[in-house]
Amino acid sequence: MRAFATNKMQTKRTIFRNRWLPYLLLAPQLAVTLVFFLWPAGQAVWQSFLREDAFGLKTTFVGLANYTRLFDSPEYLNALRVTLVFSVSTAALALLSALLLALALDRTIRTTRLYTTLLVWPYAVAPAVAGVLWWFMFNPTIGILPYLLEGLGYDWNHALNKGDAMALVIIAASWKQISYNFLFFVAGLQSIPASLREAAAIDGAGPVKRFFTITLPLLSPTTFFLLVVTVVYTMFDTFPVIDATTGGGPAQGTTILVYKVYDDGFIGLNLGSSAAQSVILMGIVIVLTVIQFRYVERRVTY
Amino acid sequence: MAAITIENLGKTYAGGATAVTGIDLDIRDGEFVVLVGPSGCGKSTLLRMIAGLEEITEGTVRIGGREVNRLEPAERDIAMVFQNYALYPHMTVRQNLSYGLKNRRMARAEITRRVDEAARILEIGQYLDRRPRALSGGQRQRVAMGRAIVREPAAFLFDEPLSNLDAKLRVTMRGEIRALQRRLGTTSVYVTHDQLEAMTMADRLVVLRGGRIEQVGTPLDVYRNPVSTFVAQFIGSPSMNLLPGVIDGGTLRLGGARFAGTGAAGPVTVGIRAEDLTIARPDAEGAMAAQLLTVEELGSQRLGYFDIAGERVVAAFPAGQVLRTDMALTVSPARLHLFDTSGCRIAA
Ligand SMILES: Nc1ncnc2c1ncn2[C@@H]1O[C@H](COP(=O)(O)OP(=O)(O)OP(=O)(O)O)[C@@H](O)[C@H]1O
Ligand SMILES: [Mg+2]
Repeated sequence: MRAFATNKMQTKRTIFRNRWLPYLLLAPQLAVTLVFFLWPAGQAVWQSFLREDAFGLKTTFVGLANYTRLFDSPEYLNALRVTLVFSVSTAALALLSALLLALALDRTIRTTRLYTTLLVWPYAVAPAVAGVLWWFMFNPTIGILPYLLEGLGYDWNHALNKGDAMALVIIAASWKQISYNFLFFVAGLQSIPASLREAAAIDGAGPVKRFFTITLPLLSPTTFFLLVVTVVYTMFDTFPVIDATTGGGPAQGTTILVYKVYDDGFIGLNLGSSAAQSVILMGIVIVLTVIQFRYVERRVTY
Repeated sequence: MAAITIENLGKTYAGGATAVTGIDLDIRDGEFVVLVGPSGCGKSTLLRMIAGLEEITEGTVRIGGREVNRLEPAERDIAMVFQNYALYPHMTVRQNLSYGLKNRRMARAEITRRVDEAARILEIGQYLDRRPRALSGGQRQRVAMGRAIVREPAAFLFDEPLSNLDAKLRVTMRGEIRALQRRLGTTSVYVTHDQLEAMTMADRLVVLRGGRIEQVGTPLDVYRNPVSTFVAQFIGSPSMNLLPGVIDGGTLRLGGARFAGTGAAGPVTVGIRAEDLTIARPDAEGAMAAQLLTVEELGSQRLGYFDIAGERVVAAFPAGQVLRTDMALTVSPARLHLFDTSGCRIAA
């Protein structure tokens, strides 16, 4: 895993004899990118400057009107806020739990094949399935968790309570990403030489101090990489989770940006606005990726 | 400053492998003791038990008279220099040196004083604001030494600290480490698998074999009186020649020659150092017929490899010594090392 993460960051130069061979080798990848990304992306950008009437009969060019409208719309601003809460909480939960699990593994690396395998399984579960699983477990009438919560005096109902709904989607979304983060954290921890922690132990640092002054700083490139990956995940790949659990509700309480794109475009059939929203999302992910590559190239390796 | 006393020390790893057993060793205050032996003989394990990085499964370790078995590494008042230096890569050299002092809540002025003093001694003053990554191997080695000396500990522990350096730097650094240790007078335990490093640095050598102590003594003592064929071959370069011989009626028959023998009758293993072999007339008393196989030029010496009665033997000569294909070599009887068939030295 680690090797994968760092190899990507090094530049390797290979000399090709034939001038056209490199292009030929890239062609399938480029074709896929073109057909499945650039073409629809271009469509979306174009679409975001247009407005269709309610019956889809007439299309007019409206310039940036779709964008300006968005930022005047309380629903869109709500979706932005919901996304912020959702992304930050999911990322925090997914990173922290993964780190704790990885630390637990790192202490006893020998006997833990099973542990690792079990922890990796959730990653193989489709997001929608994960969503349904959690939906069942949190179902107010048949779920086990509301039953237990009731024992503690808490009346769980994510169909009515926005806070409960948000908690549900955060848990369901981070559960899946924990496996992925866990693997990277394990690799990151293993790449820190044991002698560093031993030297710190001799230097009078207890386990907690060692963690905060040695392990965590040395793990920061991994953490940063995972933070960006997880944020991108929460903003884009969590659509099935939300769709299968809360459907964006109650009262838009869990309608994140990507869900609103779908809601406005496919349910509300407001294609222009939906396109403008996806262009904004695309902008966000491009910015995140650029930050990622800049940062990663500069100070990932110690 | 402290003596280190080790009694009946043993280590059995969790998997059941016994790495070290029955180690008894008294290291005097200010002494520089070198643990030497082939790979896997338990040198690191022994050192790491003294450091507290490896749990002691048998016996006791005392540092300065205090039993440390149950103490954390930080409480043992030792400093360790690792093979890979183990410098903190995200800290500057100054931060690396201060880390251990800060953790002990030392006053800031005192930390600065000690770090500057160490930097002056080790001549790393101009690198204090660099990260380890921006240093050469030799400079990193100095920083690792610096991190040990700022602590002013009771003992230094070294685990093959020079093995990542090139041959020339290694020679310089071993001199420097030894000079520094003499100046500070700090008790030191130094692990190496390099017998030359061991010979040149040690006040006393501890030769380990298969988790046990084979021999303890000053380098010259061990060189001159190896207790076994194992030590004889491990210490000294080129390795001591070992030839089969027979003692019979007070004479030792060896390579077609006869020497005034001693002790019990029977087969023995005879050890001869390369520099103890000299050229003889073929008809002289104690002359062994030798066919020259190859010659190695060392510049200051010529090493001749011979066939003596079917055994390969190496002999060292001054530079420029003429060597012919058919020669006779001899050795002074006083310079013969006799070992029994199990490899133990036979007292002369
Ligand atoms: N953590 C461990 N678990 C089980 N066995 C171990 C462990 N560490 C070392 N050993 C075994 O203990 C023995 C001694 O190992 P040790 O590292 O002390 O050798 P060494 O003399 O330092 O060798 P080298 O010169 O190669 O460093 C070896 O046989 C090794 O396989
Ligand atoms: Mg070792």
